[in-house]
Amino acid sequence: MFKAAQQGPVKVITANDLGNGLVVFLDAGDGWTHDIASARVLEDGPELEAAIAYGQAQHDSRVVIDPYPIDVTVGEHGPVPIRLREKIRADRGPTVAYGDEERARLTGAQRVPV
Amino acid sequence: MYRYDEFDREFVNERVAQFRGQVARRLSGELTEEQFKPLRLMNGVYLQLHAYMLRVAIPYGTLSPAQLRMLAFIARTYDRGYGHFTTRQNLQFHWPALKDIPDILEHLAAVEMHAIQTSGNCIRNVTADHYAGAAADEIIDPRPYAEILRQWSSLHPEFIFLPRKFKIAVTGAERDRAATQVHDIGLHAKRDADGNLGFAVYVGGGLGRTPMVGHRIRDFLPERDLLSYVEAILRVYNLFGRRDNKYKARIKILVHETGADEIRRQVEADWERIRDGALALPEDEIRRIQDYFAQPHLPARPAGSIVLDRARAADHALDSWAARNTVPHRASGHVLATVSLKPIGGTPGDMTADQMEVVADFAERFSHGEARVSHEQNLILPHVALDDLPAVHAALAAAGLATPNAGLVTDIIACPGLDYCALANARSIPVAQRISERFADHARQKDVGDLKIKISGCINACGHHHVGHIGILGVEKKGEEFYQLTLGGSGDETASLGEIIGPGFSSEAVVDAVETVVETYLNARRGPEEDFLAAYRRLGQAPFKEALYGAA
Repeated sequence: MFKAAQQGPVKVITANDLGNGLVVFLDAGDGWTHDIASARVLEDGPELEAAIAYGQAQHDSRVVIDPYPIDVTVGEHGPVPIRLREKIRADRGPTVAYGDEERARLTGAQRVPV
Repeated sequence: MYRYDEFDREFVNERVAQFRGQVARRLSGELTEEQFKPLRLMNGVYLQLHAYMLRVAIPYGTLSPAQLRMLAFIARTYDRGYGHFTTRQNLQFHWPALKDIPDILEHLAAVEMHAIQTSGNCIRNVTADHYAGAAADEIIDPRPYAEILRQWSSLHPEFIFLPRKFKIAVTGAERDRAATQVHDIGLHAKRDADGNLGFAVYVGGGLGRTPMVGHRIRDFLPERDLLSYVEAILRVYNLFGRRDNKYKARIKILVHETGADEIRRQVEADWERIRDGALALPEDEIRRIQDYFAQPHLPARPAGSIVLDRARAADHALDSWAARNTVPHRASGHVLATVSLKPIGGTPGDMTADQMEVVADFAERFSHGEARVSHEQNLILPHVALDDLPAVHAALAAAGLATPNAGLVTDIIACPGLDYCALANARSIPVAQRISERFADHARQKDVGDLKIKISGCINACGHHHVGHIGILGVEKKGEEFYQLTLGGSGDETASLGEIIGPGFSSEAVVDAVETVVETYLNARRGPEEDFLAAYRRLGQAPFKEALYGAA
């Protein structure tokens, strides 16, 4: 499993949802959100350790899969992951257009005529 | 095309039912992820960066219109309206919810498809030349042999827990379009001096972190001995392949550490023991399977087409496409047509549900109900009459599927990379898109000629970068994406591994670096007839190194 870098000043806990596999973040109410802006920001120390333990318990309780802490900086719109990998996860999709949106981008057309 | 018999059907349906129960137990909390993971992997279900991913096998790359339509239906109903064709004749859905996957598998089973053994340490989907059964240079259609191997390897009790995954490719033509020499086992069909059919057998090829070209351990394996010999290879590997280190567990490491001669000796010793046993292929069974793959009846047609010639003269786009995306068929008046999944600036290998339906319709109307997927992430219509090419081209063009770039610099192979893959270190798709845009001009592409660029987002090499004429490997360096270039790789019958040319390039610089390599080739080639690979093999690294990094 990926281990967060040690030098990160603050962290959030991320995982994947059991049912749909989508990326989730631990929020302030011990729930899970798809929106990193709502993620609970954690300082190193007991608070982080408790959150990691809670995440593991949620993994064991079959709520989420493989939770782990990631390094973030906190900007105007909330936490922003430091690593590109985690930025891509937090953006809820690839950095490129896909499917019909990509088709539309490439052709200017709305949909392929069938 | 092969049709499931009652055993195939029952086997796949039972497997779907079994997995449905496993998913239900996972969702209800009965199974932990640790318990469930090996079960889901056995059914092609991965957990990627953003979501679950389902990898569906397309055995030997052959697809029917009904199968394409079902893939489109699944993409639209359970995913996000598209699928991604991989470098191993699979299709990946990148967004299925776990609860839906049993239903998806049930739909797939209805069109004789499945996701069994598309993951895990077992014998994976057996791949074949995408021009099989139609190519003018074919000795024998490799698909019946791939099908025999598929039947033998599906849930083979001895080979379900191998030291590591195991990939077999089969080709039946002079030209190796199936990259057989970089597979765990590569089988290249040939005839001996008496006209008997057999195979050259390569073992221990592979890409990944330790790329190797396979060793030819047998020049001519008679057709009847195919299964017994392959089983002997698997048995030697299963017994002696390393299980202590995942990175040294592939058969290529065993062959490398043991020596090809000793591996041959061990294989042949086991084979002598079993070759006349139950695995000797009965002639009538081979012919029975071959009948499923019989070439459709193609009416006799003249070698040329006035209809096509006139249309080409009037339509430049058609002319470019016909020149580049069609190759001779063994039947007069027909061609194989490549449906490019590499639009300029697009994601290599991606196809929308609507596009799948367009190709399904045209495979039905103009290609005798057959389509193929290539390991180069394109589709093929294998039996198109020359007279029909204008209509096929027009429909493909309307669907964004007629980029005239087969085998050219923009026909790039790329793995999903860090945009989707949990293993990746760097993105592949945006690099492919930017190179494609840089070389968008068709006249320039034609001038550059045959050139295979292959991009992987990590050392696992799903993008086959080691065998790209220009290979690009994405790495992470101090938190940034960097791209290492390898030159001179090839996956064909003259297989070779690319050589690292020097220090890597930043994401911003890598497209310029590729352009520098291409310009260096153009300046140094003897003429347009000397393609990139030939020129590199003549010139070596020096001029490219100097152009990229300056004089030493």
